[in-house]
Amino acid sequence: MTDALLAGELPFPSRPDYLRDGTTLTSWLTTTDHKRIAILFAVTITAFFFMGGAAITAVRLELFTPNGGLLSSDTYNKLFSFHGIIMVWFFLLPSIPNTMGNFLLPLMIGAPDLAFPRLNLFSWYLTVAAGAVTVYALVAGGVDTGWTFYTPYSTMFSNSHVLAAAAGVFMVGFSSIATGVNFIATIHILRAPGMTWFRLPLFVWAIYATSIIMVLATPVLAISLLLVIAERWLGLPIFDPARGGDPILFQHLFWFYSHPAVYIMVLPAMGVVSEIIPCFARRRIFGYDFMVYAMIAIAGIGFFVWGHHMFVSGQSAYANLIFSFLSFIIGVPSAIKVFNWTASLYRGQISFNSPMLYALGFVGLFTTGGLSGLFLASIPVDVHVTDTYFVVAHFHYIMVGGSVSAFFGGLHFWWPKVTGKMYPESWAKFAAILMYSGFNMTFLPQFFAGYLGMPRRYHTYPPEYQIYNVMSSSGAAVLAVAYLLPLGYFAWSLFYGERAGNNPWGATGLEWTTTSPPPPQNFDRQPRVDRGPYDYHAAGQSAGLDPPEPQNAREVR
Amino acid sequence: MSETTGLLKEPWQYFERQREAGTFGIWVFLASEVLFFGALMLTYTVCRIENVQAFAAAGRETNIWYGTINTAILLTSSLTMAMASQAAAANEGLRRLILWCLAATAALGLAFLVVKGFEYREDIEKHLVPGTHFGLKQPTEQLFFGLYWIVTGVHAVHLTIGIVMVVRLTLLGYLNKFQLDENPEIQVTGLYWHLVDIIWIFLYPLIYLPGRSS
Amino acid sequence: MNTHNTHSRTIAWKLWRRNGLIWAALMLLLTLTLVFAYVPMGLVTPAAGIVIAFVKAGLVILLFMELAKARPLIRLAAMAGVVFLAVLFALTLADVLSRLAGR
Repeated sequence: MTDALLAGELPFPSRPDYLRDGTTLTSWLTTTDHKRIAILFAVTITAFFFMGGAAITAVRLELFTPNGGLLSSDTYNKLFSFHGIIMVWFFLLPSIPNTMGNFLLPLMIGAPDLAFPRLNLFSWYLTVAAGAVTVYALVAGGVDTGWTFYTPYSTMFSNSHVLAAAAGVFMVGFSSIATGVNFIATIHILRAPGMTWFRLPLFVWAIYATSIIMVLATPVLAISLLLVIAERWLGLPIFDPARGGDPILFQHLFWFYSHPAVYIMVLPAMGVVSEIIPCFARRRIFGYDFMVYAMIAIAGIGFFVWGHHMFVSGQSAYANLIFSFLSFIIGVPSAIKVFNWTASLYRGQISFNSPMLYALGFVGLFTTGGLSGLFLASIPVDVHVTDTYFVVAHFHYIMVGGSVSAFFGGLHFWWPKVTGKMYPESWAKFAAILMYSGFNMTFLPQFFAGYLGMPRRYHTYPPEYQIYNVMSSSGAAVLAVAYLLPLGYFAWSLFYGERAGNNPWGATGLEWTTTSPPPPQNFDRQPRVDRGPYDYHAAGQSAGLDPPEPQNAREVR
Repeated sequence: MSETTGLLKEPWQYFERQREAGTFGIWVFLASEVLFFGALMLTYTVCRIENVQAFAAAGRETNIWYGTINTAILLTSSLTMAMASQAAAANEGLRRLILWCLAATAALGLAFLVVKGFEYREDIEKHLVPGTHFGLKQPTEQLFFGLYWIVTGVHAVHLTIGIVMVVRLTLLGYLNKFQLDENPEIQVTGLYWHLVDIIWIFLYPLIYLPGRSS
Repeated sequence: MNTHNTHSRTIAWKLWRRNGLIWAALMLLLTLTLVFAYVPMGLVTPAAGIVIAFVKAGLVILLFMELAKARPLIRLAAMAGVVFLAVLFALTLADVLSRLAGR
């Protein structure tokens, strides 16, 4: 009997999956299981997403007419600042890494958990505490410096709750660093036998590159905020020109982090898309090696371009030149990735399931946003459009059109694995298409408004911009519906959804070889890897027609 | 191998792997600390480049004896910490040596903080705190001291965390709550401690030595 | 039992000697840096302080932290921190210095 068991011919005795292994609140709040921590993060970032969304709803309502009147200018400033701070640090940055990264990383490499499980739980508690401090800043009256905390306004002139907001962001930064250290160590040391570096799924490579940025860039943000706090709270001069300080120094420190931060937001999204497209095109990814090199290049070069946020801040012409040149260069690896995703579709057997709709949406919207970035890298153009809605449209195309689309794509792709349930596909398709339309309706007009001169962060504007603002605000309403719909049907699926099998999509990857939902220790048998990723078709074929035989966990060690 | 199973934690199956991960993890964290303090050093550098005279004048007001003694204290604490860490790794049953060296490290760390306390008191008496009652003539000299308080404060926080970690190891080792030989926590704590020392090695010439030659 | 004791005592003595020598070097460098600070050598004075600091830090990192003996992955992690810090310094100073030169 034991021989038969070891040969995989008898069913294992039943054991609970990770969701049912302990049902008390305490078991959730003291868990060190990366899958449960991923869910804790998912709940937290969803709450923050809707908080940030509520803030911007008020803003877009105000902008419906040129002279608004719904909000005072002070309140308006506080609302867009809160929107930026919450969305960047408490939604986007943790979104894919801390939910999907946490859940999937050990599964994808065949490990039982992350390298430092208790550190993982600590990351979550730190995020929650930091979020509480930041929300306190809002409730106590808000902060009006914008998410960028520029000096000397934030240190010397603002009458809002800069300290609380800066402290909240400072804290969440350490959560980020802890996660980064955890992921890097896990990928280096906990890969299953046979899982060599170039057999890793691209999502794992994306998380790896992202973690390096998290570890190296975030400390500089921490210092920039610490200095603002010290100056404001203790009156210690750092950025005060009257006492010898240099306000532009703040911008150097802030953007040294905040530019790589946008790559923390986009690289995991690229990783998600690289998992979805091969599955629904039934093809290997085109140019796997270059996809890896491109991600490493983006992570590396991303550290050299921060000055492009400072072209009109008083930075020297010499430095401007260097940063502009490097900002053009960094477009190249992203372009390589877009070409490779497209090439992966060629001669594939494409099906348009909802995850694929989000992934394809990502490719289009990211490309548009990325191209607009090249305009911004050119100094003469930047001088014209800086601090206008052109910039707002640019970064929303990438962060929302790109990262948020990918986040939703990944949510749909891995939902069956995480919950063991299938969501209703027609609703999901509808939401995806609605999101894509709503998104373009919201942000495409902003490119035009910005180019024509409408400044950002203004709560009133000349009447000639109204048409663009009306389109944008209406689009935002559509987008809001599109974001609420998944909340509805995912919740429905938890109670009434069809049970999902181990591998409903016929996807490759170790996470699909275990049960849906997985057991607490991830795999019933230690996986061994003997082939590369994306093994969707035999060599010589252009695409797979049938679902591939997934890699089965082999013999017990 | 069986002596080390008491130290084995989830998700590790092999102690050697756990040790590898711990060492690697702390070095990655130290890389982040290099950027943390490095950003402070950059702030100092930019401010000094833009205010050379003021920094020289202000630097002369620091107490070089407190600074030098503290540097010597911290360097010695690195010696005792290195001894403890290497003795543990040697796996030779050097229990008393390890415990004494850990205790000495913590004591030297505390001594540093005590000296710093005296120094801070003197600085406050000399009105070297930026603000309306600042004691020196030029307003730009306040910038040096703004940085002084921040940088030494942040360093002291890191040192305190280190002291707590070392005291914990000493107590747990003394009370036999875990074995000392081959204990990866001692090595990890040691690496952190040495970093705090290295930070001070760089802070010393930046804080105490400007302006001495004029 | 006796041989075990003698053996571990020898190891302990070797550790003291090795680390003690490094400590002595660090103390010597500390004295040097203190002395140099009082010698007016123009820009060389602060530069000497920084250079000696690098040497001291190098001793601590290579010998106390045993980076010289560590496996390549560890050294890569250490290098990464230093390299990106260098980038932060280089590009920020490119701006600051060229602005100062322009004034």
